[in-house]
Amino acid sequence: MPSLQRKFEGRALRSLILTTLVWGGALLASVPLVSVLYMLITRGGARLNLEVFTELPPTGFEMGGGFGNAMAGTFVMVGIAAAIAVPVGIMAAIFLAELGPDSKLANAARFAAKMLTGLPSILAGVFAYALVVMTTGTYSAPAGGVALAVLMLPIVVLTAEESMRMVPKIMKDAAYGMGCTRSQVIWKIVLPTGMPAILTGVMLAVARAAGETAPLLFTALFSNYWIYHQGSLEVMNPTASLAVLIYNFSGMPFDNQLELAWAASLVLVMIVLVVNIISRIFGKPKY
Amino acid sequence: MNKPFVVPVNPDSACQPPSAKDFLVDRTFRALARIGVVLVLALVFALVFEVGRKALPGMEKHGFDVLLGTVWDVNQGKYGILPAIWGTLYSALIALLIAGFFGVSMAIFLTQDFLPPKLAAIFRTIVELLAAIPSVVYGLWGIYVVIPAIRPLTTWLNSELGWVPFFGTSLSGPGLLPAALVLAIMILPTIAAVSQDALTGVPMKTKQAAYGMGTTHWEAILKVMVPSAATGIFGSLVLGLGRALGETMALAMLVGNANNISLSLFAPANTLAALLALNFPEAGPNEIEVLMYAALVLMLITLIVNVFGSLIMMYAQRGNK
Repeated sequence: MPSLQRKFEGRALRSLILTTLVWGGALLASVPLVSVLYMLITRGGARLNLEVFTELPPTGFEMGGGFGNAMAGTFVMVGIAAAIAVPVGIMAAIFLAELGPDSKLANAARFAAKMLTGLPSILAGVFAYALVVMTTGTYSAPAGGVALAVLMLPIVVLTAEESMRMVPKIMKDAAYGMGCTRSQVIWKIVLPTGMPAILTGVMLAVARAAGETAPLLFTALFSNYWIYHQGSLEVMNPTASLAVLIYNFSGMPFDNQLELAWAASLVLVMIVLVVNIISRIFGKPKY
Repeated sequence: MNKPFVVPVNPDSACQPPSAKDFLVDRTFRALARIGVVLVLALVFALVFEVGRKALPGMEKHGFDVLLGTVWDVNQGKYGILPAIWGTLYSALIALLIAGFFGVSMAIFLTQDFLPPKLAAIFRTIVELLAAIPSVVYGLWGIYVVIPAIRPLTTWLNSELGWVPFFGTSLSGPGLLPAALVLAIMILPTIAAVSQDALTGVPMKTKQAAYGMGTTHWEAILKVMVPSAATGIFGSLVLGLGRALGETMALAMLVGNANNISLSLFAPANTLAALLALNFPEAGPNEIEVLMYAALVLMLITLIVNVFGSLIMMYAQRGNK
């Protein structure tokens, strides 16, 4: 009769050590997020007031100021990017999910979209520079918008395709059974049912675009003035953005600019996190 | 006309064949969707074509001198990107080592029953939020938090172990190590998320079989679960590497932008993406040609790594089915 008494074995000890190690690793991996948020709230929050949203960026030793024009610029450029990437992306996703999911064209496009998600963001900037800035001869908001659109497009395509595939087949079959054309099925069944998830994808793409700096550095450049100037939207001029403002001010030797960089970071992270969280809450599929 | 199956419809019936208008709308809409797909494909070709076309004069003029040169001096007309290529690969590899360790442990931690599901969801959200923070904010945080935090350690390592090539110089501010650390934080979410998918893809039965053989929790993980998910985990590392190679802002702000090739972790270095970010805004036409060339090199490196990573993931997903 073998002894049934439990002995303490080396392997149990090894399990214990490894468990401690992964706990430690997980906690250590959470430190950066906590630290970033702490710095943003203490250093950025200290400077945050109404003035920073309405004033123009300060120059040199000037005190005060804000980043109102940069926020406006970010909204305009993300808007341009969304206006390009969302319609094209959703149309492409409709084809990938509904019209020809297994066609050669669809497979190629899916692979292309996956490759685009891995595209370094600076290369989107280089592309927009070659395509728009070199053609029009000026740094401008549309150039920045095109660069951001390149980064948004694959996110919109892939998430929208995924959400349309989640729509139950029975619902579509019921519609076909009633004699709907394929477009009617897409408009009346697939898009409305998949809409929350599609919007989540769009919001995530917007959040990513809002935080991008590299593609804007040499497409939109920066500006110390409002994009809305003397009654007209001057989009064909260099345009400020929050992200580029943070980058420019981070290296300056002036405390005032540095404080503004932290405050702008706080605002940017708040925008990005709020969009992220909203899309998580409302984007849960209801079926 | 012979259409045996077409039955004349009673005009009062609710069921009607598509009208001419329905038919037209349907065709137009489908054509538009097809155009959308073609545009996605065209974008990829346009990217390669446009950058390639603008890089061509630079390639003809300088040839391989750019790839092998070590000096970047606009006034002398010397453009060498070898240090930048070295810095790109070196920083990405160090970041991958760190993020690979933490990312895979995180994935194991979150999928292998260490936590009640609610707590695991919180940790998962933390990791996902790490990915949401813009890279320029990480750069700012790196300058004012990471560099001061690691400086005492690096000074000590340099003075005590200065003969080891990795610790050969002191950290005077920006340098490779802080850049690689921040880079590691930025690619951690990718690695953790993709590895988690790989681990949750392993069938429940596999693990139960391992427990049935009398393994401990960790023996089941290390000898059964991780090997079963190995392809997917490897794919996550390659995709993480792809992201690290192309990341720009955190590196442009933290790496120091010095054109030297050194093994030392504390020496300032340069990367291709940082080189583009810093030199593009003020470049003249001659420099633009070379920068386009450098952009093409960066595109090629990331493309190879990403295609490789995607192929591994496709292979891994096929294995799961």
